[in-house]
Amino acid sequence: MNDGRRVLIILPAWNEEDGLPSVLREIQAQLPYVDTLVVDDGSTDNTAAVARAAGSAVAQLPFNLGVGGAMRLGYRYAQQHGYDVAIQVDADGQHDPAYVPALLERLATGDADLVIGARFAGDGDYQVRGPRKWAMSLLSVVLSRITRTKLTDTTSGFRACNRPLIEFFARWYPVEYLGDTIESMVGAARSGFTVRQVPVAMRARTTGRPSASPLKAMVYLTRAGLVLLLAMIRRMPKELKAFAPGSPSYDASRRRTAEQLGRELTKA
Amino acid sequence: MQLSVLTSITGVLVLGYILELLRRQQLREKYAAIWLAIGLLVAPLGFVPNLLDPVAKSLGVASGASLVLFTGFVLVLLVSLHLSWETSRLEAETRILAEDVALIRAHLVQQGGYPSTSPRTEDSGAIEAQVKS
Repeated sequence: MNDGRRVLIILPAWNEEDGLPSVLREIQAQLPYVDTLVVDDGSTDNTAAVARAAGSAVAQLPFNLGVGGAMRLGYRYAQQHGYDVAIQVDADGQHDPAYVPALLERLATGDADLVIGARFAGDGDYQVRGPRKWAMSLLSVVLSRITRTKLTDTTSGFRACNRPLIEFFARWYPVEYLGDTIESMVGAARSGFTVRQVPVAMRARTTGRPSASPLKAMVYLTRAGLVLLLAMIRRMPKELKAFAPGSPSYDASRRRTAEQLGRELTKA
Repeated sequence: MQLSVLTSITGVLVLGYILELLRRQQLREKYAAIWLAIGLLVAPLGFVPNLLDPVAKSLGVASGASLVLFTGFVLVLLVSLHLSWETSRLEAETRILAEDVALIRAHLVQQGGYPSTSPRTEDSGAIEAQVKS
């Protein structure tokens, strides 16, 4: 399975048997040097079997834990199997694997631990309007201050992180609402990890429907605000210091990622 | 009928029920201890409802009954808060267990030691066709 490959794409999937095979095929065709892990988040359809038949590793949760729970499992898997880079990609085909090399290159420069694929940073024509847009821009302003970098799309689930952050996320990953995007980023930034973004274009989703109504957007704004507030005031577990920037473990695994990734990118 | 008859019977019945649950091992000791203590404290009040009147007066509460009502409310609040806390803890533990099960299963499938088709799959041929399509 893991024959010297160092990059893992984690796809949290919940009842995605329709879109998953084509997403996996596309990844395998465009990125032959990566492994994939489909986290079947308690699906009631054939998601796990379809993913296995398409040649992907599968971790099957016995019941639905939500995106955050599925991602935490993904990071634990990446940590256990010694991957140097973990990339989070939606299983519904919204995230174009063609941008994965861009994320990897940004990581390889060495000044980023977490790279976000941002939708409003120039590429593509993804648009949102009304209260949802206000919510997103408010989040961007606040999170840009926290991470001390310009972020335009903080709720993007298209992101890559290096080995030190895999170690960190395997031990600490928020599992509640918006924890997989907002709180994980705040927690990483507060612990000293560097967050950066690269522009990506987002595709229309092939399956499922986006939620959009003024009322829903207001609820979203409120919940996002609460998540943000909690993320800011929550105490980070003390034992995480051993893996945060500044620790010997961080320096060692960061060096390893840089070496492996450099080799990987020259090969590819 | 006197009020004390109603309250004393209720007190004794509740206390008896807690003991019975404990005897049948349906209550963990750590929870049972709280309820037993409450029961033992409250039961005498059932027989003599005026017992708390002097205490209530000194606290500025009109009567012992109001004081019992108030402390009862605070107590129920604390107990349900404690239960929420326990549930959060249990949920976190269940999550970790679920993750471990998934990791172990994924490992076993890779090693070829675990049947990889899910029980929900009735026709694996259909899935192959779906993947190839």
